[in-house]
Amino acid sequence: MAEAQPMVPPLVIPQEREASRPFVQVLHDWIVTVDHKRLGIMYFSYGILALVIGGIEASIMRAQLARANNHLVSPEVFNQLFTMHGTTMIFFAAMPIVFGIANYLVPLMIGARDMAFPRLNAWGFWMTAFGGIILYFSFIGGFGLYGAGSAPDVGWFAYAPLTSPAFSVGHSTDYWTIGLLISGFGSIATGLNIMTTILCMRGPGMKLSRMPMLVWLYTVTAFLVLVAIGPLTAAQLMLLIDRFLGGHFFDTQAGGSAVIWMHFFWIFGHPEVYILVLPAFGVLSEVIPVFSRKPIFGYNIMVAATIAIGFISLSVWAHHMFTVGMTSYANAFFVASTSAIAVPTGIKIFNWIGTMWGGKITFTTAMLFSVAAVAQMLIAGLTGIMLATAPFDWQLANSYFVIAHFHYVILGVIVFSVFSAAYYWYPKVTGRMMSETLGKWHFWLFLIGFHMTFDFMHIPGLLGMPRRIYTYEASRGWETWNLIVSIGVIFQALGVLFWVFNVIKSYFKGRVAGSDPWDAWTLEWMTTSPPPDYNFAELPVATSRRPLWDLKHPEDPDWKYE
Amino acid sequence: MRSRNCERQNSKPRSLAKRALVAIFFVTVVAWSATGFALGPSSTPSIFSPDSTPAHDIYHLSLFVMAVCLGIFLVVFSLIAYSIVKYRKKATDDDREPPQIYGSNQVELAWTVIPILIVVVLFLAAARVIHAVEDAQFPPNTIEVTATGHQFWWEFQYPAYGITTANELHVPVSDRSHPAPTHIMLLSADTDHSFWVPQLAGKIDLIPNRRNEIWVEPHDLGHYVGQCAQYCGIQHAKMLLNVFVDTPEDFHKWVQQQKEPATTSDQVAAGRKVFETNACMNCHTITGTISHGRFGPDLTHLMSRTTIASGAAPNTQDNLTLWVKNPDAIKPGCLMPAMQLDDQDVNALVAYLMSLH
Amino acid sequence: MSVPQSDMPLSANLRGKIGMWCLIVAESSIFLIFVVAYLYYAGKSISGPTPAQVLHVPYFASVCLFASSGTIMLAERALHRGNVKQFGLFWFVTLALGVTFLVETGLEWYRLIYHEGLTISTNLFGTTYYSLVGLHAFHVTVGAIGLTIILLLTLFGGVKHEHAERVSVFGMYWHFVDAIWVVVLSVVYFITR
Repeated sequence: MAEAQPMVPPLVIPQEREASRPFVQVLHDWIVTVDHKRLGIMYFSYGILALVIGGIEASIMRAQLARANNHLVSPEVFNQLFTMHGTTMIFFAAMPIVFGIANYLVPLMIGARDMAFPRLNAWGFWMTAFGGIILYFSFIGGFGLYGAGSAPDVGWFAYAPLTSPAFSVGHSTDYWTIGLLISGFGSIATGLNIMTTILCMRGPGMKLSRMPMLVWLYTVTAFLVLVAIGPLTAAQLMLLIDRFLGGHFFDTQAGGSAVIWMHFFWIFGHPEVYILVLPAFGVLSEVIPVFSRKPIFGYNIMVAATIAIGFISLSVWAHHMFTVGMTSYANAFFVASTSAIAVPTGIKIFNWIGTMWGGKITFTTAMLFSVAAVAQMLIAGLTGIMLATAPFDWQLANSYFVIAHFHYVILGVIVFSVFSAAYYWYPKVTGRMMSETLGKWHFWLFLIGFHMTFDFMHIPGLLGMPRRIYTYEASRGWETWNLIVSIGVIFQALGVLFWVFNVIKSYFKGRVAGSDPWDAWTLEWMTTSPPPDYNFAELPVATSRRPLWDLKHPEDPDWKYE
Repeated sequence: MRSRNCERQNSKPRSLAKRALVAIFFVTVVAWSATGFALGPSSTPSIFSPDSTPAHDIYHLSLFVMAVCLGIFLVVFSLIAYSIVKYRKKATDDDREPPQIYGSNQVELAWTVIPILIVVVLFLAAARVIHAVEDAQFPPNTIEVTATGHQFWWEFQYPAYGITTANELHVPVSDRSHPAPTHIMLLSADTDHSFWVPQLAGKIDLIPNRRNEIWVEPHDLGHYVGQCAQYCGIQHAKMLLNVFVDTPEDFHKWVQQQKEPATTSDQVAAGRKVFETNACMNCHTITGTISHGRFGPDLTHLMSRTTIASGAAPNTQDNLTLWVKNPDAIKPGCLMPAMQLDDQDVNALVAYLMSLH
Repeated sequence: MSVPQSDMPLSANLRGKIGMWCLIVAESSIFLIFVVAYLYYAGKSISGPTPAQVLHVPYFASVCLFASSGTIMLAERALHRGNVKQFGLFWFVTLALGVTFLVETGLEWYRLIYHEGLTISTNLFGTTYYSLVGLHAFHVTVGAIGLTIILLLTLFGGVKHEHAERVSVFGMYWHFVDAIWVVVLSVVYFITR
């Protein structure tokens, strides 16, 4: 070990912006790029754009639901809104953001110069992007039950037989199916790329046991992508066969089963949410140690817990189907498997606490978002436990309680982690620091808005309010809660505006970051900010899990303890 | 290159925010208790106001689960709060790194074993209630109902009595010493629906080409509300459920009334003619007449119901008139077409409908 | 820079193989769902022809496909040894066998559609049969196109000894297509017929 040449962090060179080139030239370079960093930025930006669009769709729905018997939008439009909101957020916001972070960081963190298959990487991005365009083309080109300009309105999980030609006339459902089918191919390509990169492209000294937690999380994520997207692709092909070739996969009139669509969809759908959340866990496992000034507590157990979550997540899907009338044995099995996944998830939460414990915590904006994400994961996990107990789920399923629960995970954990990642790695990507003042405004506004909306959203669910309803009776006693929920959206939107402003302003006016602004320890901080095209002048040697710590503390390096 | 971003939080706005949050919390608890925990049938279908055996079973389980979750929350959240307060970097701190702890096997073991035990307990509690509800045995005096979900209304048949009605379900109250549950077979004529009356039971879906079942055993008289809980199309939101729990005597009176064929009266002959010469009879049944349509609700005893359009509007003359003239005004997108009748025909028709007691 | 051998991770040369394994996992996952649908709906058609009535085991086609796995292996070995001519020959035979399989499938389908009245919309059996066998045939077709491209490149002298590794990666895909046929053949023509 002592033979390895120590890598001296490169000199800080003030980042020179590219000399102005014709815009067409710049655009061309971005469109044909196969560089993982650029593709990462493109994936991430696409995802954020979709997040904003999905957020607008949600805001309209919340405005409609703020009052009972409201007439802001018609049921046709509302039903399209919730379908497009869910589909956009999962497939065109969250997935691209997840893939964007992977693309940018994984090669840097393992000491590689690019992903294993750069051209496949680009293909995957463009397939995903194209899929989104197809989905949104439905707004102008779709022809559905209600005439032209009809986006899909069958819900983001498109249950049969509502999607059959009999009940979904026209092509609005086909835009859902085909848009997702195409982006699914892109996702599989990216999953393949991430897995191969991690297995084959690690730099010198980067044993599996020295990989950063983020990279481990992405290994399991990539595995889930490879295994879980297939069932959705298969189900969508079957749906297309039903709709275009007269097939009977989900045709209940011909003896087909509506329930089998649910099985196929959720065999995809549940691992999908782990595909979204595991990278968030990875971000937390990178940010929290740095701002606690301690290594991640229990690295080996964290890796084991991640792998456990990956495997168990393949066995829990029918907890989305507790109300479908499965036998008591089937229901009991899924209660068991779903509850079981709480154990490794809880272990992760405890290990993050263990990381902070005994540390010296600085509350940068990145750390604020991460700590909030941990607390919110606790709450989301507990409401998940409630939903896991099937009889309780017989009341809570398909109600606003479920919506509150999964938004708690997706917004409260995943989006909070994404914001944390944005503040943490923005200096690496752009070479500039973001404003901490604007960041704090973003955090507090978003935190207040998030809790206003999603804490209170549990209550209408407990009071009997089902999901996917465009309006409700005033006598039900749901109105006040819905109003509070809707008002929270305003704070969240303001918070996001602060962030967008921060992103743009900091790019031009932010303090120059240098290669290692946070005094961190993983390989990406051993190159310039932003990194050169080839990532590292000389591939750094990973001497431990925290190679940069070893260099900064030659008297007490990590490899002595691993 | 290191950059230090140690901005201390201003304590004053923080304690104000804390007080505000506490205040909101209490207001929430009080307001919610009023609606959420109401005793007896309520227009707010809270899952915490159970009035039927399966709902009670679920309620008790839910209290147990929530108590466990609350306990876990208090412990873990306190740890999070403690760690971020106690271990924050203070201005007086030097730049030395804290002790670099990599982990602890004992601690890991503890916080693996304890959650496993909790999970086992929760599983057993859940399994017990699953069995109690799903594998329940029914006494011979169980009332049998077949519910068929349609876009966007409920069809209820009582095979033992030979009656068919729509949208409003009547069941007898059940004495705890002599249980008289109602067992409902759940079918669907078109797409997926879900039967959810929170105070009476958990929800079970109605799925085409599949037989599901649910049962209720209400302990209090009154009117319970619910609605379809599985997205079924454009008017999923207004596929409401109204369940009336009657005394056994009132229930049998109702059954007798429903068994009668439709009342006939010469005064409404004109309206009946309108009904039978337009497409109404293609979709609706009025027993004792030539109208035998099955696509829409049975109208034989329309006036025995408190609402029309599956709960979307109260059953009044004005609403009936509006409904016949323009269903989209009450339930936009529903499958009943506007029949394009002139006012004279509409009035006659409504008069006829209002005679169907 | 000297790093101990124990610290050097998996070589980048394994990218192709690992990437192809990943693709195989993903594709298997898609096929698995079609197989599950086939098994679930076995015997549940409410009308129309049943498997026992209309299906004949495609012995000849299967033998061709299985043999093509053998010939592609021989081709790869030849290329590894540097014998491009022999490689080209075995490669061509592989392609021919693959195309034969496709032609046989086409003939089978012709018979089923026009003589037995079984189409994808006839009943559950028709839907699941044509989907599963069709999905497999689609993958064989893609493989055949790949085989053709490589064959053409070989004929124009573009494929050499140093490309042996890459050709092996494609060979993995062909073996996978074959392995899927083992499953489909067993499920459709033996287990549920």
